[in-house]
Amino acid sequence: MGRFSKAHSSKTDMSKIVKLKKGFDINMVGKAKQELADFAQAQTFAIKPTDFIGLQRPKVLVNEGDTVKAGTPILIDKALDQVMYAAPVSGKIVEIKRGDRRKLLEISILADSTITQEQFDIVGLASLDREALAAKLAASGVWPNIIQRPFGIVANPADTPKSIFISAFDTHPLAPDYAFALQGQEKYLQAGIEALAKLTSGKVHLNVDGSKAIPAVFANLKGAQVNKFSGPHPAGNVGVQIHHLDPINKGEIAWTTTPYGVAQIGKFVLEGVYDASRIIAITGSELTKAAYVKTYMGASVSTFVKGNLNSGHVRVVSGNVLTGEKISLDGFLGFYHNQITVIPEGDYYEFMGWAKPTTRLSYHRALGLLSFLTPNKEFVLDSNGRGEERAFVQTGVFESVTPMDILPVYLLKAIMAEDFDEIEELGIYEIVEEDLALCEFVDVSKHPVQELVRKGIELIQYS
Amino acid sequence: MKFLRDLLDKQKPLFEKGGKLESLYYAFEAGETFMFSPKHTTGIKGAQVKDAIDLKRMMITVVIAMIPCLLFGMYNTGHQHLLATGGTAGLWENFGEKLGIGAMLVLPLVLVAYTAGGVVEAVFAIVRKHPINEGFLVTGMLIPLVVPATTPLWQVALATVFAVVIAKEVFGGTGMNVLNVAMTARAFLYFAYPAQISGDQVWTYLGDKMPVDGFSGATALSVVYNAGVEGTQSAVEALAAHNTVLGSGLYEFANLFMGWIPGSIGETSTLMALVGALILVATGVASWKIIVSGFAGAYIMGFVMNLFAVNEYMALPPQYHWVMGGLAFGIVFMATDPVSAAQTETGKWIYGLLIGFLTVIIRVTNPAYPEGIMLAVLFMNVFAPLIDYYVVKANKTRRLQRATV
Repeated sequence: MGRFSKAHSSKTDMSKIVKLKKGFDINMVGKAKQELADFAQAQTFAIKPTDFIGLQRPKVLVNEGDTVKAGTPILIDKALDQVMYAAPVSGKIVEIKRGDRRKLLEISILADSTITQEQFDIVGLASLDREALAAKLAASGVWPNIIQRPFGIVANPADTPKSIFISAFDTHPLAPDYAFALQGQEKYLQAGIEALAKLTSGKVHLNVDGSKAIPAVFANLKGAQVNKFSGPHPAGNVGVQIHHLDPINKGEIAWTTTPYGVAQIGKFVLEGVYDASRIIAITGSELTKAAYVKTYMGASVSTFVKGNLNSGHVRVVSGNVLTGEKISLDGFLGFYHNQITVIPEGDYYEFMGWAKPTTRLSYHRALGLLSFLTPNKEFVLDSNGRGEERAFVQTGVFESVTPMDILPVYLLKAIMAEDFDEIEELGIYEIVEEDLALCEFVDVSKHPVQELVRKGIELIQYS
Repeated sequence: MKFLRDLLDKQKPLFEKGGKLESLYYAFEAGETFMFSPKHTTGIKGAQVKDAIDLKRMMITVVIAMIPCLLFGMYNTGHQHLLATGGTAGLWENFGEKLGIGAMLVLPLVLVAYTAGGVVEAVFAIVRKHPINEGFLVTGMLIPLVVPATTPLWQVALATVFAVVIAKEVFGGTGMNVLNVAMTARAFLYFAYPAQISGDQVWTYLGDKMPVDGFSGATALSVVYNAGVEGTQSAVEALAAHNTVLGSGLYEFANLFMGWIPGSIGETSTLMALVGALILVATGVASWKIIVSGFAGAYIMGFVMNLFAVNEYMALPPQYHWVMGGLAFGIVFMATDPVSAAQTETGKWIYGLLIGFLTVIIRVTNPAYPEGIMLAVLFMNVFAPLIDYYVVKANKTRRLQRATV
């Protein structure tokens, strides 16, 4: 990278165009309409330490009953204690919820009616060097937006990544359209990219959807190499993009973040505040109204969902249906999630369900699977497990939905066998759960692929 | 269906942990999930929705793809019987009688294979506490299709038990096996009871009737082999001259392709194997790469043999290899078994090609084994992991080189 290390100013002539063929778009009913809905604002907000993978020794900095402002540190990881996890809103700490063996689950805040923000000192921020800037960002609450590859964990401010990658589009099912969700944030995105550029010895890569014109909000950003990716999901996954731009080898570190994160960092740099407000997508087939809503990170979803359901037996997912997490009707949005998806719960038996012809969505065309005949149809998908777990039988399918030079089945088998050398050699450094999430969907043998990926990462990370 | 569901729900506690019949849980579970796809839902984290496919559906697709071969095989068994005993002349005469004779001979074989294998599966599932493997749906149909209709039922039962235990269950069940289970069953029969599965006398069912004068039960493969040894006429001429007492052109190319010839039940018709291939490829269940490269491999090796021909067998036009014996059936249904085949995409090309090569080499050069596909598939089953090893190694090397550049 040394040769190009000066190129991160404004050169975009190095930009790449990558057309991907492998993958699969899951086309679902319940797309968010491009408008801001007038749902009642959520009243409680939470930080869930379990959202931060790799958070090793969480320590709560507040007590129940304390009042906080947006940006007040409420949680740290004792293993990486310069990074602050901040309150998304101002208000009162109402509950610190713990589970089995006192595992910290949620710190929830009852929000004030008007949000007040911590004011951070940003005098001279523009002239700070790398370390000082990283320290400022780490103390402000915006830092956990920055994720380290390999392993997909919160970045260590002491590291210098070889590059920073931002995917400017999301190809997951029903994912929010960044062009709508980040409208008006150009100024902050620009400032965010400039700040990130300081943190890396290489470039900041902004990867846009090559199948359409670059949305206005990203079109005029400077200081990043703009690369174009097109193809079916997972073309929007930053891990796939890194693989085609500047793959991660053993011993290397790259960072990733999302446009939401960039804007939040940019706002801190310009205004000295931790602004956790964002526009998220409320999606799914079981909602009467699927639209966008302006709220804050960690929002309780109940006001967006209750009263908005068109059926009774539903599953609320924080995030999308491929990589998200099941939450309760009054659960909280995950830190990294900008979307909730409400689908039917699938806990029903089906007579001869394995043999009946079905129009349910399938990547396959085996006997009676008819969805390949209607490629443009929007499908209602429920949470039924669709059969039992079996040993790997079918081959070649995972490869056909993974647009990377990686052999997923061999990697997963190595993880099952806990063969450290194989795990490493087969490319564990290049993936996180979401990169193989489609494999979990299409798997005939119904393996918990993403769980295995995390297990593999942890085997290597902590060895 | 509610009545069935209620019945199952009522019985379920008996088989669950702490129930009286806890040890039979997996047998119960197999029956239950066969009738009703389960109601369990996706986990808290990870994919919240799943593809509509499951292993049962995939396996049943393969069974369906074999049905043309099965039906054709049944009819052809009856047809060959009447032809040999002088009871018919035309292809479609005595239709019902032929189908009846075929069904009477073939269906018991299918039933025995499914029963014997099913019992073994169930016993292993109960003893080893694992779910019953759907892979058996396919094996149970494949085994009867690769034996002659005259095979004694007890031999089929024994071969099925042997293959399911030794080729599959000792390795841990479907997905873990190294060898194709059905091919192992056939190899077992071939080496344990050669009298009933080789030679000239077993391929046509005669029953208690006498064959017509001048009848020969030799298969096309042995006719060609003998032509090679004798060297008095070309292999194609020998084929054309064979068994003219049953009507001319029995072993001409078109008839071999159609499959109106004596042989193992499901293997005679290349056309029906290709119909199966079409189903398997269109549904994406089998790898078209293996099928294409398998046929290509046989053709290429047949062509190479032509170039260096020192006898009439070597001079046989390569396309004849496609239509004689069980090559087409073996490539379409056996070689493509995803578990025992090569599992990498590059590996599949090599694996299929080598199966084609080996089949023709064994046929032409080995006097002991007139048919080569069985040993070729088993041999390549053993070598598939080696092929994959090198393909995977190449992947690792690319990754490593990237790092050191």
